[in-house]
Amino acid sequence: MPDIKMVVCCKQVADPEAPPTAFKVDSATNKVSLPRDIKPVIGQYDEFAMEAALKIKDKAGGKITVLSLGNNIARDVIKKTLAVGGDELILLEDESFEEGDSWSTAYALAMAIKKIGEYDLIFCGRESSDWDAGQVGLGIAEILAIPALTLARKVEAIDGKARVEQVIPDGYQVTEVSFPAMLTVTSELGNLRYAALKGIMAAAKKQPIVWKPADIGLEPSQVGAAGRRVKLVKLFQPTKEAKCEIVEGESPAEAGANLAIKLRETKII
Amino acid sequence: MAEYKGVLIFGEVTNGKLASITTELLGCGRNFADELKEDLCCLLVSDKTGETAPRDAIVFGADKVYTVEDSLLKEYQGETYIQVVERLAKELSPRVILMGQTPVGRDLAPRLAFRLGTGLSTDCVDISVDSETKLLRQTKPVYGGNAQAIFICDAMPQLVTIRAKTMSPRERDDSRKGEVIPTKIEINMSPIKTKIVEKVKEEVTGIKLEDAPVIVGGGRGIGGPEPFKTTLKELADVLHGAVGASRPPADNGWIPEAMHVGLTGKIVAPEIYIAIAISGASQHIAGCSGSKTIIAINKDPEANIFREANFGVVGRYEEVVPAFTTKLKELLAG
Ligand SMILES: Cc1cc2nc3c(=O)[nH]c(=O)nc-3n(C[C@H](O)[C@H](O)[C@H](O)COP(=O)(O)OP(=O)(O)OC[C@H]3O[C@@H](n4cnc5c(N)ncnc54)[C@H](O)[C@@H]3O)c2cc1C
Ligand SMILES: Nc1ncnc2c1ncn2[C@@H]1O[C@H](COP(=O)(O)O)[C@@H](O)[C@H]1O
Repeated sequence: MPDIKMVVCCKQVADPEAPPTAFKVDSATNKVSLPRDIKPVIGQYDEFAMEAALKIKDKAGGKITVLSLGNNIARDVIKKTLAVGGDELILLEDESFEEGDSWSTAYALAMAIKKIGEYDLIFCGRESSDWDAGQVGLGIAEILAIPALTLARKVEAIDGKARVEQVIPDGYQVTEVSFPAMLTVTSELGNLRYAALKGIMAAAKKQPIVWKPADIGLEPSQVGAAGRRVKLVKLFQPTKEAKCEIVEGESPAEAGANLAIKLRETKII
Repeated sequence: MAEYKGVLIFGEVTNGKLASITTELLGCGRNFADELKEDLCCLLVSDKTGETAPRDAIVFGADKVYTVEDSLLKEYQGETYIQVVERLAKELSPRVILMGQTPVGRDLAPRLAFRLGTGLSTDCVDISVDSETKLLRQTKPVYGGNAQAIFICDAMPQLVTIRAKTMSPRERDDSRKGEVIPTKIEINMSPIKTKIVEKVKEEVTGIKLEDAPVIVGGGRGIGGPEPFKTTLKELADVLHGAVGASRPPADNGWIPEAMHVGLTGKIVAPEIYIAIAISGASQHIAGCSGSKTIIAINKDPEANIFREANFGVVGRYEEVVPAFTTKLKELLAG
C-alpha cells in the first residue's frame, strides 16, 4: 500500500473561546472584532480534522497537505499545522477571496484540490468556528463528485478504504468508504497534539505555497464576495437583560439549601 | 427558465410518527405559503411512511404530501437520500425548501444545496419574507452565538435548515384537507460508495434529554465521570429530570455523546436547566437558552453563566449540590 495522500482544510478564525463579552460587532462593516490581544486561531473542528489525518499518518504513513483560504492569513497561526506534522501548506490567499459564502469557499477549495491532483482522503471540520455553517466539507465532496461521511470520531485507513466511526443520535455507526473520500470530523476524535520543539523549528523554516485565483483556474469574479450565492445583509448582537439573582449563605452548603428555598418561594419548583 | 413556486418541507418520521421538528417546519412553512398564496408540500422518505405521519403532515398544515417508500431508505444514508430529495426538488421546483437542523438535515441540506447550485443558511432561528423582494430573510446565530447574521439568497430555491424549537407548530386541525401522493423514485445503487457495517447504541438510561422537564447539566469542572452518576443523578432524580453535559465531558468520554447540550449537541428547552460547573460559553448556551429558568452553580463569580442564569450560587459544587438536593427533597416531600 503506497502512502496515503491527505488534504486537511483549516481556516483561521477569531478565537471562539474568547469571553462572550469580548465579541463586538461593527455594524458599519458587518464584521466581528475582538480585542487586539486575543489572537486568531485555527478553527477548533479543523484542528480535530488535522489530528484525524495525523493519526492515519502515524499508523499507515502518508503525506498531509494543509489547505487554507483567506486573506492576511497569520503565518504563525497556520504554521502550527506544519509543526504538528503536516508536510505541506498551501494558502489560497488573496483579497478577492474575502467575504465569500460556503459556496464560493467550497468551490475554490475544490479547485485547489483538483490542482493538487492526487488525494485519497480530504478532511474538514464538522463546522467552522465563526460561521458555524457545516457546509464546506460536503460542498467540496459534491463539487469533486466523491463520497462524503460526516461526524467522524475515529478514522482508520485499511486497504484503500477508510473505516469511519460516525456519531449518530444514539451512539455511533461504523461506515466504510473507498478512496477518495471526504470526511468531516467531530470533537470526540480528540484534541490536536502539541507540537514538539523540533517540529516548531522545522515549520519555521518552511514556506507556504501561495495560490491566487488564477493559479486554480478561477476568475476573481468566481471567488469570495463576487462568487457567493448567499449575501450577508446584517450582523448584530441580540441584546439580553442581565438578571441573575445570586443566592447566598453562611457556607456553600447553606447557599445550596437557600437556593432550594428560593425556588420553592418563587414557585419554580 | 423554470418558475419557482411553493414551499417544500423535508419531513422526518420517528417511530412511525411525524417528528416534532417537522410540525414546527409545517407551522412556519404554512405562514409563508399563505403569504405567498402558494402550496405547502411535505416530503416523507422512509422504508415505510405509514398512514399516520402523512395524514398528520396535512393536519399540521401541508397541502400535498409526497411519500417515497423504499427498503433502501430504511436508515438514513446521505448517498441514497440525496437522490430522492434532488429528484423531487427538481420536479417541484419550489421557491423555498425548509429542513430541520437535525442529524439528517445537517448532512443532507448541504449536499442538496450544492447539487442544485443554490445557497443555504443552516441553523436559522428566524425567517421572514421580505415584503419587497419576496425573498427570505434568514437569521442565524454565528460566532458560536456571540452574534447573529441575516442572510438573503437570490439563487433559487432558497434553502434553509431551522433550529429545533424555534418555530411554533399550528394547532392540530383534523378537518384540514390535503392530498397524499405516493411517489416512486428509483434509487441508483451504482454511485453508492459508502457502506454502513455496524451500528452501536450507547445506552442512555432514564428520560430522554429532549423530553425532560428538568435538566441537570454538568461541565468540565465536574472533574470526572463518577459525579454524573451520583451527585448530579441524585439531583436530577429528585426533580424527575435528566442529566446532561457541556461538550468537554462528552469529549472526555465521561458521558455518552447523546447527552451533550449545545450548538453541536442537543438543543433543549426544559422548564429548568441547572448548569453545574459550566462556564457558559456561547456555544453551550446556544443549546439551552430556550429554557424557562436557568440556574447556575459555579465556583467562579465571574463565570459567563451568571450572565445567562436567573438564579445562581457561587461555590464549589461538591458542597453546594448535596445540600441543595437534600433541601429540595425535604421541601418536595412536605
Ligand atoms: C464550533 C464550536 C461548537 C461548539 N459546540 C459546543 C456545544 O455544542 N456544547 C458545548 O458545551 N460546548 C461547545 N463548544 C465548546 C465551548 O466553546 C466551550 O469550550 C465549552 O462549552 C466549555 O465547557 P465547560 O463550560 O464545561 O468547561 P470550562 O469552560 O472549562 O468551564 C468549567 C467551569 O467549571 C467551573 N468549576 C470548576 N470546578 C468547579 C467546582 N468544583 N465547583 C463549581 N464550579 C467549578 C469553573 O469555574 C468553570 O467556569 C463548541 C465550540 C466551538 C468552537
Ligand atoms: N476558508 C477556509 N479555508 C480552509 N478550510 C475551510 C475554510 N472554510 C471552511 N473550511 C473547512 O470547512 C469546514 C466547515 O466549514 P463551514 O462550512 O464554514 O462551517 C471547516 O471546519 C474547515 O475544515
